[in-house]
Amino acid sequence: MPDFIAEWLNQNDIFTAMTLMEYWDGLVTTVHLVFLSLVIGLLVAVPLAILRTVRNPLVSGPIWVYTYLFRGTPLLIQLYIIYYGVAQIPGIQETFWWEIFKEPLYPALLAFTLNTAAYTTEIIRGAILSTPNGEIEAAKAYGMNWLLRMRRIILPSAARRAVQAYSNEVIFMLHASAIASVVTIVDLTGAARNIYSRFYAPFDAFIFVALCYMVLTFILVFAFRKLENHLLRHQRPVNG
Amino acid sequence: MKKLIVAASCALALMTGTAQAKDLRIAFDIPYEPFEYRDDSGELTGFEVELASAVCEKLETNCEFVIQAWDGMIPGLLARKFDLIMSSMSITAERAERVLFSEPYYITPGGWFGPESFSTDVTDMDAMKDKTVGVQRGTTMDTYVTENMGGVVNIKRYTTAEDMVLDLEGQRLDVVFVDYPVGEQTVLSKDGYKEVGEPVKLGEGVGVAMRKRDADLAKKVNAALRTLKEDGTYDAIMKKYFNYDIKI
Repeated sequence: MPDFIAEWLNQNDIFTAMTLMEYWDGLVTTVHLVFLSLVIGLLVAVPLAILRTVRNPLVSGPIWVYTYLFRGTPLLIQLYIIYYGVAQIPGIQETFWWEIFKEPLYPALLAFTLNTAAYTTEIIRGAILSTPNGEIEAAKAYGMNWLLRMRRIILPSAARRAVQAYSNEVIFMLHASAIASVVTIVDLTGAARNIYSRFYAPFDAFIFVALCYMVLTFILVFAFRKLENHLLRHQRPVNG
Repeated sequence: MKKLIVAASCALALMTGTAQAKDLRIAFDIPYEPFEYRDDSGELTGFEVELASAVCEKLETNCEFVIQAWDGMIPGLLARKFDLIMSSMSITAERAERVLFSEPYYITPGGWFGPESFSTDVTDMDAMKDKTVGVQRGTTMDTYVTENMGGVVNIKRYTTAEDMVLDLEGQRLDVVFVDYPVGEQTVLSKDGYKEVGEPVKLGEGVGVAMRKRDADLAKKVNAALRTLKEDGTYDAIMKKYFNYDIKI
């Protein structure tokens, strides 16, 4: 550790090695939670989005209900219902489900995943629906069936259009994960709240954690810029 | 000349008059039974509310009671939203850096509460290993468990006692360590729960918190509290709410 950092750490009460470790553990938890819910959410959302565009209302209807429910209610309420609600179901403590729901991590992961999957489904559905008719007709003219068309033409084309909106969803999810701290998970915000309540220094505790979130957001923005450049490279001017 | 004196004394009377009429605003975080809560008719009451009224009477000032959530207590005091905090704020060194405390006016122990089936000795660190203990974030109970049992037990911190009791009922927690009267109200009042260890006296007690610059006010408050403790008013109020001694 450089000397000036060690010196700075020694002369302030709040940012000692111990509290910095607490922030670090919180950062790991936040990243872990957000990453897992985003990956699982995306894997769930792609098939749901495809089925959501199917004309048969028996297929697309239930998915519409699901996305409507999870986009129509606050994530905090969803988390409360899943975390505290499930614990109130009589006899749940004797089943194997309790092994999963006892720890706060899995209820939070479930709530976050269902929430982000609902938003992502609608983002991808919109992108699929806005596929230019010409591309689909050309694929049909080549004799591609529905599956092949979906795989080769529609999904790659939709992915390009969805990536900008999806990057917003990812950043929103990172910030929304701050509510994990209400169900005793010590994520970044949980660490900040613990440190705030120990030292009664709201500015120090929360501005530091705000900076942590900003750095994470910056990394995400940077990564998505690279991804967009890659996916949309055919649209760049030749000498651009 | 005579007129001038009359005018001057009028002005003086007016000035001192306004100075006396200046209300003291006292902050409480409710509900925190039996210290501060609303009774069935919605009236603010409780041990600290009545004690605050008695202090105001001794100080001969009007008092206004302000409701403030715990998280914003000290910031609100420093931002002059109110002048005194009488909301069960335990005196700690960290808090004393931000606010000025009066002499302590009560002390309650921390109590261990758990389900009837809980039979572990809470002071036996080997037996307590990997047990999950619930505490309220930032309380003296939190500090005690963190310092004495950190790394042994699994500590979960809650913002409200309600959330914590909900998780005790849901069997996410093995035991809670909470301010004794709060545990008595929220846990012991339910079937199937008991006290599972000796109460632990923690900290220096609870004091009135004021801004650091209000040293004169602190002197008056201390004097008022001392008088109340001596003349029996304190004991009378305490007996209304507690069947054990919290006087310090």
